[in-house]
Amino acid sequence: MFDIALLWEARGLILQGLWNTLWICFLGCLLALSLGLALAALRLANPRLFGYPVACYVEICRGTPLLILLFLLYYGGPSIGLRLDAEIAGVTGIGLYGAGYFAEIYRGGFKSIPKGQLEAARMLGISPWHTLTRVQIPQMARLIVPPGTNQLIILVKESALISIISVDDLTKNATTIVNQTFHVIEPYLAVALLYWLMIELVARGGYALEKRLADRQPRHVTQ
Amino acid sequence: MFEILLNHYPVLLKGLTTTLVVSLSAIALGLVLGVLLAFGLTSQYHLVRWPCGLYRSFWRGTPILLQLLLVYYLLPEIGIEIAPISAAILALTLNTAAFQAEIFRSGISHIPAGQIEAARMAGISAWQTRRRIIMPQVFRLTLPPLTNEIITILKNSSLISVIAVTELMRVSEQIASRTFQPLETYLAAALLYLAVNLVLARISAYLERRMTGGLATE
Repeated sequence: MFDIALLWEARGLILQGLWNTLWICFLGCLLALSLGLALAALRLANPRLFGYPVACYVEICRGTPLLILLFLLYYGGPSIGLRLDAEIAGVTGIGLYGAGYFAEIYRGGFKSIPKGQLEAARMLGISPWHTLTRVQIPQMARLIVPPGTNQLIILVKESALISIISVDDLTKNATTIVNQTFHVIEPYLAVALLYWLMIELVARGGYALEKRLADRQPRHVTQ
Repeated sequence: MFEILLNHYPVLLKGLTTTLVVSLSAIALGLVLGVLLAFGLTSQYHLVRWPCGLYRSFWRGTPILLQLLLVYYLLPEIGIEIAPISAAILALTLNTAAFQAEIFRSGISHIPAGQIEAARMAGISAWQTRRRIIMPQVFRLTLPPLTNEIITILKNSSLISVIAVTELMRVSEQIASRTFQPLETYLAAALLYLAVNLVLARISAYLERRMTGGLATE
């Protein structure tokens, strides 16, 4: 019943889909991570000015489907003169959508550091830059890695939606194989396995990073 | 955007109703399946834990769009003809059951072991312990992540438009292609999704405030 030969014949399409999913996810996640940090930093730096707009942005990301955002970018964009390739619309969509979630994760990290530490650092004459790089970021990194990894996994899975705006990603190419061969199980299961593998790799990477940061912490403190 | 809302509100509302019906049915059915799976995941028998773990891993580890397509195309293949909307509810249910199971499992692990030991000492059966002691507390403990899951399913229900269920997303696509105003139409749809999810979050916050009294943990 399970026809491996069929998958071997369609390997070109599967590999092309894998490549497209990989680079679009990578760039999309990179955009989400950096834009999220910028949003969280803005909110922290000037809560009165940026607090409300950033909070609204976060609520919008949480409350609307990614599919709507992709459709707005890809189909709605041209009516305001914004013409994006499907792939670029995909990267932008994943980036903008993920940024809302990451902003909240970073904020949680910044908030978790007791104010006393920052005051102590100022008292000791440690510069704001060193307070940030030596006190805040090392402690916050450990805290944000687990939820950050989770969010990256969610984004990789959500990236399947770009197939709907006609990007030749894994999901789209699997459907193409289904339509060509009339075999449903093999292509979809094979592609599901590939997603599973990608996600497992992200999860393992997250665990490894978490462990490394935890190992480094005591040494850093005792120095 | 408001023009679209005003001119097309009957169809939009009909789409929104379908979205709500599908999502809430999936959530309710997924809750039953999720609780059973959570019992399976916390079972003392390896033979019960293992398949439940595999199920959770598959449904949490693959894109929901793929799961939806798999369910939709696979069922006719094995001789089961069902309407797209039923396939959609089935796929969303199987997906959310895995996520809810993990939420409940984590909730169950937060119940102090002493309570369960005390129940056993008092001669309360395992099922009675689950039904009367563990689950009432777990539901209260897990309300925030459960709300997140409901919102996630509501958002993910937009995907069922790809298998031709005329819910909010599909209706918006139809309006967009008829009016040639995709930007305004999708913004209007986004507003409707946002409104529903904000209301849900509010209800959950209210329930959480009311129910946090009387928790035995900590």
